Amino acid sequence: MRVYLDNNATTIVDPHVFEAMEPFFVQKYGNPNSLHQFASDTHKPLKEAMQKIYAGINASNEDSVVITSCATESNNWVLKSIYFEYILTGRKNHIIISEVEHPSIIATAKFLESKGCKVTYLPINNEGIVEAHTVRDFLTDKTALVSIMWVNNETGAIFPIEEIGEICAAKGVLFHTDAVQAIGKVSVNVQKANIDYLTMSAHKFHGPKGVGALYMKKGKELTPLLHGGAQMNGLRSGTLNVAGIVGMGKAMEQAIDALDFEMSEVKELRDRLEDALLEIPDTFVVTPRTKRSPNTILISFRGIEGESMLWDLNRAGIAASTGSACASEDLESNPVMEAIGAEADLAHTAIRFSLSRYTTGEEIDYTIEVVKNAVNRLRTISSSYAYAPEGHESKL
Amino acid sequence: MGIDSLIGGTIWDEYSQKVCELMNNPQNMGEITQEQADAMGAKLIVADFGAESCGDAVRLYWAVDPKTDVILESKFKSFGCGTAIASSDTMASLCKGKTVDEAIKITNIDVEKAMRDTPDVPAVPAQKMHCSVMAYDVIKKAASLYKGVDIASFENEIIVCECARVSLSTLREVIRLNDLTTIEQITDYTKAGAFCKSCIRPGGHEAKDIYLVDLLAEYEKEKLGKLADSGYDAPFAQMTIVQRLKSVDKVIDENIRQMLVMDGGNIEILDIKENGSHFDIYIRYLGACSGCASSSTGTLFAIESILKDKLDQNIRVIPI
Repeated sequence: MRVYLDNNATTIVDPHVFEAMEPFFVQKYGNPNSLHQFASDTHKPLKEAMQKIYAGINASNEDSVVITSCATESNNWVLKSIYFEYILTGRKNHIIISEVEHPSIIATAKFLESKGCKVTYLPINNEGIVEAHTVRDFLTDKTALVSIMWVNNETGAIFPIEEIGEICAAKGVLFHTDAVQAIGKVSVNVQKANIDYLTMSAHKFHGPKGVGALYMKKGKELTPLLHGGAQMNGLRSGTLNVAGIVGMGKAMEQAIDALDFEMSEVKELRDRLEDALLEIPDTFVVTPRTKRSPNTILISFRGIEGESMLWDLNRAGIAASTGSACASEDLESNPVMEAIGAEADLAHTAIRFSLSRYTTGEEIDYTIEVVKNAVNRLRTISSSYAYAPEGHESKL
Repeated sequence: MGIDSLIGGTIWDEYSQKVCELMNNPQNMGEITQEQADAMGAKLIVADFGAESCGDAVRLYWAVDPKTDVILESKFKSFGCGTAIASSDTMASLCKGKTVDEAIKITNIDVEKAMRDTPDVPAVPAQKMHCSVMAYDVIKKAASLYKGVDIASFENEIIVCECARVSLSTLREVIRLNDLTTIEQITDYTKAGAFCKSCIRPGGHEAKDIYLVDLLAEYEKEKLGKLADSGYDAPFAQMTIVQRLKSVDKVIDENIRQMLVMDGGNIEILDIKENGSHFDIYIRYLGACSGCASSSTGTLFAIESILKDKLDQNIRVIPI
């Protein structure tokens, strides 16, 4: 049996999405910017897709939702353009992010820091959540931007975006949120939440890889990151990814339709998995369920190093994660575990299970069985549970 | 950089078959209890190394024959990834039947080699070599407990890169002998820094007392010490032509000109030209120097050697 429980890394493309994209490869392959029928064939489907994307986040028609190549591009765009417009010109000198943002925010902020921008990395509390008042505490007259993710990719923790949006609006500071893990999992409404910029990525909600978007509120349009042939009204040049945009539109429509299902059925499966895993002694979950997106669990099994757990899961056909996929090549511990101040012994033991609307009850039952066996086997090997003779002073 | 570096593979693809088999089914996993050791007439040694908070920990059990110092039985328990478990298992295997003194000689490199499927393909990817180091350290710990001595007494030199076991003295020597200026060069010459990369600079997986960047900085400083006389921070080879002329003039001013003037002469710098790997400095003798016999022998030699010493070994002085 193959079970995919790594949906915060990427998701299966919804068959309807795939079907919607297909005509734009070998039939309607025109460049939308050309002057002929091949181009015109793409215009209506593109407009419809854009309307679905706008509707999905309740953007007004006056706002700009610019299609990018990925969330990393969108996040880079916001931070770097703010740097060009506000920091480099000396009008402001400071941005605020959280210490658990995605690497595309953290690494970009660090880069800007090396260029003279001041960066505040807001802490998370022991539930893994950025508290809104901390934003207020660190805002200064020189703060150009606050960028806080909507839902954390590791824990699924939902951050108080509406509250943070209000604080920023009251102070007249620009507010960006990386909503990559929020779309299709929680209700996202840019107008209700005082958001100036919002990042999303199609492949996290059953759309294709290689398509992201950046929402920009009317009047808050950023300096382009990519200059060129003035596509997307000059905001983001580059030949339009027609199939990708159509796919993203369809995926957004499906995700919004499935939101109730996500919050009921997917959540129920997640809770079933979590309840069963918590029956295993010495296991710990980060962030209370009520403050988490419906599909995610970050759980620690004492005495079992994360990669060895992934090994046993993978042998049984189950895909999970020890952290963000970007980090799986290095040897470091889970950054969120460190940030919440979890016991040091648990820093290397976190495993993330992330479900989707394609996850079945049968898959969850199978996963529970496999995890229980893996815990037994790996704890037998583990030095944490090993015999020591009388008088042996453990150094582990 | 290059094609192989652009799309990262999974580290698991680089594990040898042996590593995978040992991870799935470790052969020496387990414990030796006091009772079991007593039954063998052996001394029980239980050694710990690493820490769960660091991501790797191992407990090694030895039953040692007190009369012959032979390790009769060797078992392990490990907290860590697949490589850590497989390395601990291999290490425990290698200890069996050896005397404690022989076991101390087992290095992490021996452990890694023992896990290879074919002699010239590494058993684990470079960044996982680090996991085998712990297997080596825990042997020393066990031996120190058995012998009742300090663990430091087994190490007679400072190791900078533990994965490749490259010592401080080797690194210092190789850097100077080959005039190495980059981390990549050090790695090419010595393999230091090729594995877990902790020894390259602070901020890696493990904190170190000394890093490769420190050694490069130390050597660079040593070279710059020579160059301080030029009045510029950059080495002679990296200076602009104007800087080169000025620095040569400065060195001559401070070290040579005075003596020539006392003898009623002087020199003038005409030009500096790069000639292959050499810097040819064209000079003209003035006043009394112009007819002096020593101007093409002793004086010339003195000028050239001072400029070489202060600025660059590849300087040649050519009088016109």
